[in-house]
Amino acid sequence: MKRLRLALFVPGAIALAAVSGLGVRGLHPLGSWHGAYGELLNGVAVGERNATDVVSAVNFDYRALDTMGEEFILFASVIAVAAILKKDDQEGEEEPDEPRPAPDSDAVRLLGVALVPATVIFGLYMITHGQVSPGGGFQGGVVLASAPLVVYLCAGAKTYLRIAPPAFTKLGEAAGAAGYALIGCLGVLAAKTFLENVLPLGQRGHAWSAGNIQVLNVSVGIAVAAGFAELLASFVEEIVESK
Amino acid sequence: MIGWLPYAVAVWLLLCGLYGVVTSRHLVHLIICLAVLQSSTYVLLLAIGYKSGAVAPVFVDVPPGTPAVDPIVQALMLTDIVVEATVVALLLALAVQAHERGGSLDPAKLASLRG
Repeated sequence: MKRLRLALFVPGAIALAAVSGLGVRGLHPLGSWHGAYGELLNGVAVGERNATDVVSAVNFDYRALDTMGEEFILFASVIAVAAILKKDDQEGEEEPDEPRPAPDSDAVRLLGVALVPATVIFGLYMITHGQVSPGGGFQGGVVLASAPLVVYLCAGAKTYLRIAPPAFTKLGEAAGAAGYALIGCLGVLAAKTFLENVLPLGQRGHAWSAGNIQVLNVSVGIAVAAGFAELLASFVEEIVESK
Repeated sequence: MIGWLPYAVAVWLLLCGLYGVVTSRHLVHLIICLAVLQSSTYVLLLAIGYKSGAVAPVFVDVPPGTPAVDPIVQALMLTDIVVEATVVALLLALAVQAHERGGSLDPAKLASLRG
């Protein structure tokens, strides 16, 4: 079986390597390509939007519509995971006993107590400063969602489902995703285009700056944090029910 | 030749990931191999956007106008990472279901996957 697979794979891999090699030869050597759009945006983004992180400015302003698609990919996939892992409710009612008991270790609990607040603060910082320095809603949202994950590791599945109840995370995810589209509609209401920057640009380098970029980051941060907590909840419920 | 090294690394990662997917005997291992395969796109995008002697496209502590690497490919890579995370989550959920229904995580033993 494995031999057959390899016999099929090796010629294909060699051909793919050869074609990729030919393609790579057509690229510019490392460090010598100067993309016109990138250089243009590096030049104008700070002045036009008061956003010092140009990557955030690209994601949440110049191609904000693509990011809306990206956010809805995330949204759809979280819903799909919840749907795939959802059980038919009739098989055995809730409350089977503690599925993954909390570890009986003071050291682990102490580490958790120290980690959770630091993680929450760092996540919020990344979400709110995405337009200033590297970070933003996606990255900060994932950091924020790892706080309940630490709780899960230190205190067990039941505590996790209590601090991040699926009803709450579902609401947060939907609100974050809808918020993105609604903020986009502000542009239409102001007689400009969808997702165009209409909010005040604030002071460069401060947390409250860059107008729409900042607000969209917060919206994405809520959606991503809630979405990842919801993903984990789906898997945790799976463990709770299969025991 | 050093100018083409990152591209070679990208192709190598692609082939490594593909080899893992083809020979995998465990669905979780297969999903991780897919993640390795996809990480080749990160290397490729970052290598394309790199400029010799340029800084990151973040103008907090350098004045605007300093030569910086391409921000667009970095934004694309961010999209790529988010999509990869969601794909991995979805595939892991499918693996859980496959294990529940087929009783195994070995693709060869899953009757429903047999050709």
